[in-house]
Amino acid sequence: MNSARTCLTALLLGATLFIAGCEAPPPATDQRGYRGQSMGNVANPRTLEAREAANQPPEVQPPGDPTGPRVSTIYQNVKVLGDLSETEFLRVMASMTEWVAPQEASCGYCHNLENMADESKYQYRVARQMLIMTRSLNTTWSSHVGQTGVTCYTCHRGQPQPQYTFKQDSGPMGAGGTTASRQGQNVAGRLVGLTSLPTDPFTELLAYTGQIRAVSTTVLPAGNTRTIQDTERTYGLMIHMSEGLGVNCTFCHNSNNFGSWSSSPPQRATAYHGIRMVRDININHIAPLLPIQPPERLGPEGDNAKVFCTTCHQQQPKPMNGAPMLEHYPELGAVRPAP
Amino acid sequence: MAMLSFEAKYRVRGGTLVGGDLFDFWVGPFWVGFFGVTTFFFSLLGVGLILWGAALGDTWNVWRINIAPPDLKYGLGLAPLAEGGLWQIITICAIGAFGSWAMREVEISRKLGMGLHVPVAFSMAIFAYVTLQVIRPVLMGAWGHAFPYGIFSHLDWVSNVGYQYLHFHYNPAHMIAVTFFFTTTLALSLHGALVLSATNPPKGEPVKTPEHENAFFRDTIGYSVGTIGIHRLGLFLALAAVFWSAVCIVISGPFWTLGWPEWWNWWLELPIWR
Repeated sequence: MNSARTCLTALLLGATLFIAGCEAPPPATDQRGYRGQSMGNVANPRTLEAREAANQPPEVQPPGDPTGPRVSTIYQNVKVLGDLSETEFLRVMASMTEWVAPQEASCGYCHNLENMADESKYQYRVARQMLIMTRSLNTTWSSHVGQTGVTCYTCHRGQPQPQYTFKQDSGPMGAGGTTASRQGQNVAGRLVGLTSLPTDPFTELLAYTGQIRAVSTTVLPAGNTRTIQDTERTYGLMIHMSEGLGVNCTFCHNSNNFGSWSSSPPQRATAYHGIRMVRDININHIAPLLPIQPPERLGPEGDNAKVFCTTCHQQQPKPMNGAPMLEHYPELGAVRPAP
Repeated sequence: MAMLSFEAKYRVRGGTLVGGDLFDFWVGPFWVGFFGVTTFFFSLLGVGLILWGAALGDTWNVWRINIAPPDLKYGLGLAPLAEGGLWQIITICAIGAFGSWAMREVEISRKLGMGLHVPVAFSMAIFAYVTLQVIRPVLMGAWGHAFPYGIFSHLDWVSNVGYQYLHFHYNPAHMIAVTFFFTTTLALSLHGALVLSATNPPKGEPVKTPEHENAFFRDTIGYSVGTIGIHRLGLFLALAAVFWSAVCIVISGPFWTLGWPEWWNWWLELPIWR
């Protein structure tokens, strides 16, 4: 009797857990290849709605008057945005406060309010590098950001530190000896979709230029020296890309040959440039800031927060539903001649 | 055609479910029956339509012939013949032929006075097919979610569906199904090895009895499931493998849209260690 009750309880509990872990049909699907290939996305329409609601672009400030003297002739120490008019410049400054530090000390978050040209706050110097980066992204990385472009808000979303970043994480250490390092494997990695893949595939592949391609190009073994660890690191990065964009593998790949460009959807080319763009951001714009950042901004292994796909995308194929950013803020694009 | 010596015993009237005595006769060694006729009809029509579909395609390479289901835009409606309509009729023919064959097995079992183990087992395979081609597409809202008829193309479908959920090895029902498949082969290999050993003794020794077989497994692993038991176990393992395969695919899409690794979040969130 007792064992029957135990069995029944276990069965009911199991069934409840099973149902609790699941979603209700029908899913929202789309087709991205020849019929019957199962190329395309499968998503829960309720999840899509929630993501769309959570990714709304900010209100656009009324455009600034581009005429008048250049701001470099008005204010001191304007090194990045000197080509703007004064109203354009003040508009960008006001927007930056709104995008990055609305809850903080307003202009004082970056500036010494006694002397706006003073560089003593590290936030000031970080912001300057970020402006260089933003203009660079909008001008040299149209292969990834297209004409949509980016502003500070694309990553920051109203926070001084973007919500989704990575820091070097070698994973928990084992007992010692040959088990001293687990290569970050065999724990449920939050940044790699809860798989047991390496918890930090990012440092090597996105903060440095580690090789991502692991698949052999020949049928028989012929000199491919990539290891299982390399391959799993790549798989971890790819899972992150899927999670970060809210898509699945078939958004970019036809899985009958992951490496083949001819059978891949065009989105893969955009993602390819995205990976190179992220490396450019991390290597040329973020890593050099390490010496000026305070310890509380650094990770347990002493590096600063780097960007990856989720930083901008936040579970959407296009950040903020593809809302145009550069169009409303041409100040953050290419340097324009004075009118 | 001459009958084998024991065949007369089995060539008895009756046991039919449909058609009474009308189709209760033999053609050569084959018993016909109502469901034999329907099997023949659906098979012939289905194969003919497959050949037509292949002729409409751009290759006669058997690996690459591909008769694909309709585009998703047709939903659960009918599609033009050349754009998935053939696939739809071929699927009806396949289900008709498989179902007819199962019913024919029922009739033959009744004719021979056997249990219905064989048709029940075969029905599990049909159930898996229907799950893939009918139940899951209906739950997902389009015939285009079913797999195409083609050797390479259906493999591409399998691979892509797996990667739509990022890492299919984390699908709990897939884990159970794979475990049952491997256990089936383990049980079959143990059983086969035992039978071959018992019936092929060294020169000069007699063929061993089931009692000897039992003794062997009691000595090695402390338990012998027995001669009938191993066949019951084999049937259970094989059917469970197929059943959980059907479950693992029907939950992928209709009841879960994210990566399968994430499904396990409930485990990480258990209040015991969260």
